[in-house]
Amino acid sequence: MITAGIDIGSITAKAAIVDGGKIIATKIIFTGYNAELAGQKVYDEVLIEAGLGKTAIDKIVSTGYGRNAVGFADKSFTEIMAHAAGAYFLNPLIHSIIDIGGQDSKAILLDDKGKVKNFVMNDKCAAGTGRFLEVMARALEVNLDDFGTMSQKSASPSKISSLCTVFAESEVISLIARGEKRQDIIAGIHESIAARVSSMLARIGVQKPAMITGGVARNSGVVLALSKKLDMEMEVSPYAQVNGAIGAAILAAAL
Amino acid sequence: MKKQISDLLKIIGIFLFGKFKKFTMRFKKSKTMKDIMLVYYSEAKSARLTRKKVAWITSGGPVEPLIAMDVIPVYPENHGAMIGASKMGTGLCETAENMGYSSDLCSYARADIACATVNGGPIGGLPKPDMLVCCNNICGTVLKWYEVQARYFNVPLFVLDTPFCHTGYSEETARYVRSQINEYISFIERACGRKFDYERVKKVGHLSLQGQQLWQKVLDTAAHKPAPLSAFDAFYHLALIVTLRGTPEVIDYYTALVAKMKDRIARGISAVPNEKYRLLWDNLPIWHRTRWLYDKFASHDACLVADTYTSAWCGTMKYIDENNFIDSMAEAYTRIYLNIGVDEMAKMVIAMIDKYDVDGFVLHSNRSCKPYSFGQMDIQRIVEKERGIPCLMIEADMVDERTFSESQISTRIDAFMEIIKERKKHSSSISMAKE
Ligand code: SF4
Repeated sequence: MITAGIDIGSITAKAAIVDGGKIIATKIIFTGYNAELAGQKVYDEVLIEAGLGKTAIDKIVSTGYGRNAVGFADKSFTEIMAHAAGAYFLNPLIHSIIDIGGQDSKAILLDDKGKVKNFVMNDKCAAGTGRFLEVMARALEVNLDDFGTMSQKSASPSKISSLCTVFAESEVISLIARGEKRQDIIAGIHESIAARVSSMLARIGVQKPAMITGGVARNSGVVLALSKKLDMEMEVSPYAQVNGAIGAAILAAAL
Repeated sequence: MKKQISDLLKIIGIFLFGKFKKFTMRFKKSKTMKDIMLVYYSEAKSARLTRKKVAWITSGGPVEPLIAMDVIPVYPENHGAMIGASKMGTGLCETAENMGYSSDLCSYARADIACATVNGGPIGGLPKPDMLVCCNNICGTVLKWYEVQARYFNVPLFVLDTPFCHTGYSEETARYVRSQINEYISFIERACGRKFDYERVKKVGHLSLQGQQLWQKVLDTAAHKPAPLSAFDAFYHLALIVTLRGTPEVIDYYTALVAKMKDRIARGISAVPNEKYRLLWDNLPIWHRTRWLYDKFASHDACLVADTYTSAWCGTMKYIDENNFIDSMAEAYTRIYLNIGVDEMAKMVIAMIDKYDVDGFVLHSNRSCKPYSFGQMDIQRIVEKERGIPCLMIEADMVDERTFSESQISTRIDAFMEIIKERKKHSSSISMAKE
């Protein structure tokens, strides 16, 4: 059975095609202002990538904040379910998931069968999300993709005490003015995200092993800061950013 | 003046029938509710003409002595709920913020303080008070709020200080609160210029208790599966036990409502058409979103069958001694839900979970109401440990719409319902296997 999952996030739209136990193709594009259009586009592109026609797909599930805009999906699930299904598919031993997306972050607890036991979402505030990193990258005039490697050069991370993105931005600017090293500031930013996100997981009770998903998982600095903070290994899948879409495709197979 | 009153009647009519129309359609009794509230607010608004006194009082304040002395009690919090339900809260909150009040202040307080200066809101403001009665059993906010209004209207303020009861009710607390009841009575005597009517207060106390018992009966009907009324209906019908407890109108209305609910049970009519999942609600309603939330949960075949909020108006009946109302009222008003320790609250929540046999617990973390929201995380943990049901926390505000984020709350509710459905599916397949 070949199924597709479409995950419409606030910044990127993701799609995955799964055939039984195998990931055939994945695709990531920018969502833009029209979630419906993004859904169609990312689906068309993932089909091309997989070299398949629409008729080859048995079932489609949508997820993400724009899940209801995907008219051609057979069913929609929340990203909580999708991330749980995706992580369980990638590694059935996983018990905790931290997902850091563009606009929100969440912590999910799974039982032994990969079912969601509990979750918490931070969606009121940009701190602890991808948006926070983007704002900081702009303030520091550093390419966001370089954040991970740069922060690992830091010997003494700066202290970022503000919880609010807006205040943290001015704090960072004052740190630059004071002449602190960029790598230290960036490492400090990563620690502040880790503190914020790990407290969410602490709220529902963290259980090993844990996986980090979402676009921010590509930032090795955040991953490192999180493993330090939680005092455990954080598993990062190469499919971290498309984990929601993969999960949606897995859920589609069970429809 | 006549014209003013008829305009007012119209406005209140539009409010009650406009905003709550969809709910009230399902209850033919609503006409009576409308009539009662019309009469209540127009009597209060025309108190100057009828030479009656008006007292503003907090929702958990001892109102019976006022009623016994023919003072018309008016509830800024009930007014706040009306402002919220008519989606006028944000504008009034902004007005208060422009006056210099912090956006962290309770939105009932903000809306009321602003409303007094502009006579805004759905009924053109509350009638001017002759006195203010503030009982801090619900929170500390009301103290400052009522002081502000006492200065603004230049009227006397009585504060009834009810110490927090972590557990039990100490000897000292009992004496302390009881002694203030005497001061309260002298305050009313001074304001009314006549002696207190001790005979009358017994009758009022009797009616108050009877009203609370009937309100409890109304809420009890939701223990039936499927529930004939939901928490959203309770939010609507609550208005009377808040504003008119101690009067015969409450008795008639709730007696009829209980009968109506029993009839619905007999005929198999439920609040949510296909009730499959039953939920408990914590904290104040999100007044500007009641319809949306009802629809959202109903789309998952879920019914909020009970809540900790509306049951607070009949939660301390056990402390009331009908033959000694004035004395026992002190304890009943002191030991209300918001004035007890978190462990005690959790016990009450768990009792409700069992009584209404719910599948999940929804907690509204209310930006406005600190005493209600502060211990929620602990209560959630206790519930998860003791009963193992899924819990959901949603962040919002009862009146201030600016704190409500629809798509995000929608996602949380969907995910929460996915978990509940998954569990129920699982547990029903287990019980089927056992059979
Ligand atoms: S803080 Fe809570 S209890 Fe106090 S007035 Fe506001 S809503 Fe009521």
